[in-house]
Amino acid sequence: MNLTLQHGIALLPLLVTSATAVAVMLGIAWRRSHAQTFILSVVGLNLALVSVLVTLHVTPLEVTPLLRVDHFAGFFMALVLIASLACATLAHAYLEGKDDSGYPGNREEFYLLLLLATAGGLVLACAQNLAALFIGLELLSVPLYGMIGYAFFSRHSLEASFKYLVLSAAGSSFILFGMALWYSEVGSLSFAALADGALAGPLSQAGLAMMLVGFGFKLSVVPFHLWTPDVYEGAPVPAAALLASASKVAIFSVLLRLFQSVPVTDTDWLHGLIMVLGIASMLAGNLLALMQSNLKRLLGYSSVAHFGYLLMVLAGNGGGETEAAAVYLATYMLTTLGAFGVITLMSSPYKDRDCDALYEYRGLFWRRPYLTAVLTVMMLSLAGIPLTAGFIGKFYLIAVGVDSHLWWMLGALIIGSAIGLFYYLRVMVILYLVEPTLRRREPPLNWGQQAGGIMLLLIAFLTVALGIYPQPLLLLAQAAGLGG
Amino acid sequence: MILPWLILIPFIAGLLCWQAERFSTALPRWIALWSMALVLALSVWLWVTGDASLAPAPGAEPAWLAQFRLPWIDRLGISLHLAVDGLSVLMLSLTGLLGLFSVLCSWKEIQHRVGFFHLNLLWVIGGVIGVFLALDLFLFFFFWEMMLVPMFFLIALWGHSGTDGKTRINAAIKFFIFTQASGLIMLVAILGLVFVHYNTTGNLSFDYATLLTTELTPTTEMLLMLGFFVAFAVKFPVVPLHSWLPDAHAQAPTAGSVDLAGILLKTAAYGIMRFALPMFPNASAEFAPIAMTLGLVGIIYGAVLSFAQTDIKRLVAYSSVSHMGFVLIALYTGTQLALQGAVVQMIAHGLSAAALFILCGQLYERLHTRDMREMGGLWGKMRYLPALSLFFAVASLGMPGTGNFVGEFLILLGTFAVQPWVAVIATTGLVLGSVYSLVMIQRAYFGAPRDANATTLRGMNARELGMMLCLAVLVLLLGFYPQPVLDASAASMSGVQQWLGHAFSQLASAR
Repeated sequence: MNLTLQHGIALLPLLVTSATAVAVMLGIAWRRSHAQTFILSVVGLNLALVSVLVTLHVTPLEVTPLLRVDHFAGFFMALVLIASLACATLAHAYLEGKDDSGYPGNREEFYLLLLLATAGGLVLACAQNLAALFIGLELLSVPLYGMIGYAFFSRHSLEASFKYLVLSAAGSSFILFGMALWYSEVGSLSFAALADGALAGPLSQAGLAMMLVGFGFKLSVVPFHLWTPDVYEGAPVPAAALLASASKVAIFSVLLRLFQSVPVTDTDWLHGLIMVLGIASMLAGNLLALMQSNLKRLLGYSSVAHFGYLLMVLAGNGGGETEAAAVYLATYMLTTLGAFGVITLMSSPYKDRDCDALYEYRGLFWRRPYLTAVLTVMMLSLAGIPLTAGFIGKFYLIAVGVDSHLWWMLGALIIGSAIGLFYYLRVMVILYLVEPTLRRREPPLNWGQQAGGIMLLLIAFLTVALGIYPQPLLLLAQAAGLGG
Repeated sequence: MILPWLILIPFIAGLLCWQAERFSTALPRWIALWSMALVLALSVWLWVTGDASLAPAPGAEPAWLAQFRLPWIDRLGISLHLAVDGLSVLMLSLTGLLGLFSVLCSWKEIQHRVGFFHLNLLWVIGGVIGVFLALDLFLFFFFWEMMLVPMFFLIALWGHSGTDGKTRINAAIKFFIFTQASGLIMLVAILGLVFVHYNTTGNLSFDYATLLTTELTPTTEMLLMLGFFVAFAVKFPVVPLHSWLPDAHAQAPTAGSVDLAGILLKTAAYGIMRFALPMFPNASAEFAPIAMTLGLVGIIYGAVLSFAQTDIKRLVAYSSVSHMGFVLIALYTGTQLALQGAVVQMIAHGLSAAALFILCGQLYERLHTRDMREMGGLWGKMRYLPALSLFFAVASLGMPGTGNFVGEFLILLGTFAVQPWVAVIATTGLVLGSVYSLVMIQRAYFGAPRDANATTLRGMNARELGMMLCLAVLVLLLGFYPQPVLDASAASMSGVQQWLGHAFSQLASAR
């Protein structure tokens, strides 16, 4: 196959991101400077984001048998890039510090890892071949090990890194085994060949189950969710934010493409199994979150519940699933970034431990009103209350559920949301309670000037704006359907 | 253009109040007061100038007194469609009036975070107005859920903690979870309706007029009706789902209780009249005996529990359960008389319950307790307040001459024509009503005085007295001359009556 200029344009986001990674690496070798590395990465990511628009002129286009750049890929690449940009901004606020304060180790490599993980996410969004799927998955996961363990002198961070390393590798090997079983049946790894091939035998069914286990680990679906709260708690906040947003969005996008293109996934037992997994995630995630007194763990369990809701998209068969998933993932990513962003700014600059215990947020409204307003909007959005983007996402999921008659999942969603409200509201009330006299963290006063603060306000604004006028997002999501 | 402004005024004024706190603590109060006065004036203007004979009725394209439409989310066939008929105009006026009083009654009670308080207060009102105006089901649900958030803050941040460990935060969370979970069930029902309509016509729309014409099989209609009913029943409240109400009412600040009892409960009755009955008339007719039974249970259960309370606000809260039971019965009788009675009863209960809660609040400001065991013998110690309490207690028990009498009388009369036994049993509610209302007066104001409050207490000032007299006059006016209200709601109620009456006659012929 000849690579033409067209293919180059289609691959621009990936090429720009990879080039930025190389540039950052060389830059670090030449001169260590936090500001320079940060600016280089942000400029690169922004260019990549703009280039997503450029790719729309040549899509849909197959670039090698591995990747297919279409509107679907464009939408999810944009999501991944936005999430990485936000994480880079947060990381800058988090690692930066004057003189001796702030992060004590080398700060620059964090951006390198971030860029590599982003490249992995981009590959996943375009993957149309099991090999590309696996490459993307590993390219995404391996830098994440490093990012989670970036505060390696802290026991929690190191522990979280190892936990994620072991479990994620286990998940990957399940996926690899499943792929091998499929290959033995069909003799090809491309989605198209798998779709045409006779994937009906017991071996391919076993392969599918294996892959489901692997993806269950990556997306932290019950019963494969055990690592989530620990890793979220131990990881430095910007890394946790990337793990919760870009990583999950990218992995779900490839899962969605796989499910939509390979017919073996359209069987009754699989839908039943996904329903059971989804219901278990919704209920268990929400119930376990009830007892948390640590905001990061709470968000971890809440993400378990949210991916339980999202599984409805895989169990449905009505036709609007891709659109619903696109809308839901976009709103969820925005909300998660906002919530982790607030924790990051609370914990910035880096101290020995992150500011994530709930009592530290008591009466925050009276100290940092804008930050509190952002977190309130995020909590409401996570709970799916109107006026926020989260409501639109949940609305779409319920629409899919009603359209596909998934009554059990809808019931679980309603019960799960009711339980979920309890802890989201608890966090919200704590923010406004009277300030205790005992312990207070005096945050830097000029946070509003920092890039992180402005970005958070932007996210909060977007969350509310999309809650009030979601039409643009809905049109984008509609265009992201797999046909285009 | 007046309709969107009715919603926008409270929202914008709320934001202004929040920021105005920087300058002075009095400024937010004045902004809130004037914005509510403006809302009230606009609603009354709509009432006076509008042609109330324009109302939706079966068999024709719905007619409205005023409407407003703007495309919103085209992708899903959702538009910003607002419209009013006589019923909504009455409810809007009630909302504006009670909004005004809830600002006034917090004048002295709320001293902390004044700006943020008024933001929440005005946003609750804005949400309720949105519910009364919305004719797009998505928009309706949007406001229905949205008004919970500021209400939650009102209870959680400015509420009073009750006795025996009932904290205000738990009350607020309970309120939120009950209403939100039931709201999601309604959302599922709304989407069910929309998809049924989409599958038969290929037209995706959330609009009221479009969805009214949906053809439903009996089973689907029943299920969807139940989905709507559950959400409305929680807000109503219908008895097995009422347990959030006493806690929320008792723990809320005065303004919160006024809004909850006076207008939030009315959104449920409004929702049944506007959506559940016209959209699912056949299922509603079939469901009517169960709904009426639930109403009867509510009347008696609410009254008995009201009698047993020691907390004066909980007593009033349970009395709301009892009074709203009458409204529930009236809605499902399908007679014009009872439906008209329900409207009058909603307004009268809104006024009298709001007045009683304001009086409880004023009592609390003086005694710092809501426990009636700590009261007693207050009659001689305060000017005006006990006498006004007696007046509103008597109004609440349905004394002729007050609006409550007109409402309950019309409801019973209308019910007797179709379901004599239901009317007979419901009448016991009036007797029990006298018992708990008079017991409240007896326990709080008569009997042996307690030592703790031996000195005379501060009388009512002009603001407090003015509010109460105004409400008293309105209750009497509604009692002596309810005709303007009846005229305004006649066409709307006749539409509902035709929908339901037709379904009843079909049901009767089928049997």
